[in-house]
Amino acid sequence: MITLSISNGVLAVTAALTGIALVALALLVAGLMSPRSYNEQKGEAYECGIPTRGVSMAQFKIGYYLYAILFLMFDVECVFLFPWAVRAKTLGVDGLTCIAVFFIILVLGLVYAWRKGALQWK
Amino acid sequence: MQDLSFITHWIDNLFRVVLGCPDWLTVTLECVLLGVALLLVYAVLALFYIWFERKVCAAFQCRLGPNRVGPFGVLQPFADMFKMLIKELISLNHVDKFLFALAPFLVIVASMMAFAVLPWGNGLQAVDFNIGIFFLLAVSSIGVLGILLAGWSSNNKFTLIGALRSGAQMVSYEISISLSVITMVVLSGTMSVQGIVHAQDHCWFIFSGHIPAIIAFLVYVIAGTAETNRGPFDLPEAESELTAGYHTEYSGMHFGFFYLAEYLNLFIVGGVAALLFFGGWMPLHIPGWDGFNHVMNYIPSVIWFLGKAVVITFVMIWFKWTFPRLRIDQLLSFEWKYLMPISLVNLVLMTLVVVFGLYI
Repeated sequence: MITLSISNGVLAVTAALTGIALVALALLVAGLMSPRSYNEQKGEAYECGIPTRGVSMAQFKIGYYLYAILFLMFDVECVFLFPWAVRAKTLGVDGLTCIAVFFIILVLGLVYAWRKGALQWK
Repeated sequence: MQDLSFITHWIDNLFRVVLGCPDWLTVTLECVLLGVALLLVYAVLALFYIWFERKVCAAFQCRLGPNRVGPFGVLQPFADMFKMLIKELISLNHVDKFLFALAPFLVIVASMMAFAVLPWGNGLQAVDFNIGIFFLLAVSSIGVLGILLAGWSSNNKFTLIGALRSGAQMVSYEISISLSVITMVVLSGTMSVQGIVHAQDHCWFIFSGHIPAIIAFLVYVIAGTAETNRGPFDLPEAESELTAGYHTEYSGMHFGFFYLAEYLNLFIVGGVAALLFFGGWMPLHIPGWDGFNHVMNYIPSVIWFLGKAVVITFVMIWFKWTFPRLRIDQLLSFEWKYLMPISLVNLVLMTLVVVFGLYI
């Protein structure tokens, strides 16, 4: 029996296209089936019943931004940990001591952020 | 354990040998078939979870839940989906039209790609990268972008606050998820999804990994609940303060996509927990009990995987209907001051266990 192997990249792209197709098809069906009516008030923002004041794409609390920066730092460090994690068994104690240095720097970053009060929601 | 890859081999044989298709046509046809299969499973699981959540919620509140449409209300989710399809897609005045339309695509594509990586059964897997679990983490975080775009482009104060809360929550809890996944990768020694399953051939990781595996499982389930914006962590859509959070302005089927993706993400978190801690599709094997292991092998692998995923998601639904909602400051300090330090220490513990060979 001959089997054809399709590369995983192609399959992953197929999955992404399937997602796009699902949204597009469902929107097409919904567009065909759903009623349509126009009303001036319908296009308003869903807030309190009275017209919106000002722009809603406004400035927001800086706290969210701080957490995003912290996330960036720790996520990159997680990405660096992955290749070591795969080989951790074979690298043994040597690998452990090497990664411990990296790990301590990671923890120092967390301690610094904590002491600075970046983890406190104000 | 029956190898289910004979199905894909049979289809491949049908196209190439029986019908005599050239290579490019075979690849195209097989990709289309894969897409259809993914769509079907995706839709069926979403409908199942909509029904399951309502039934479980009803049971916790001493109600009956949906019971009029079909036996035990099983046709209720079909009715719900049909209702969504025939609702009007309202076009709003002040939204950023392109981003508003793009957001549901991102949310659905993220969950569909993560969905394709799950190990459905022995030989039944759509995408098997050698960095499978890493790929899963990467694509499932595209969903955050969809949610942020949905909230921002709607031009509404409720959606903006909901999206920002959701973004802060999802990125924060992603660190804990990544760390507990790294913990299990240290134990398994591979990132390939099938490789992780086969590494649990003799014993599931939750049993063989000692205490670090159990801590990693608890951290994963808590962080996974937060990642799906559910349970006690559902403050992005806290209805008493933000109406419906980031999808307030979406109507009809547009809203339906966020609804579908939420339930599918629930299943994906359950599936990944089953994969990392309960052996994916691997039956329950106890070292030394050969007769028992043989009996367990007779249960099909698909049933094992779905069963484990459903049990874990049941626990997550249980969380939702048991705990009151947290405040945003409690939520973030819980992650950064407790969950993440715990998972860092746990990773060190697991490394010690693996390096000194204390695992089974």
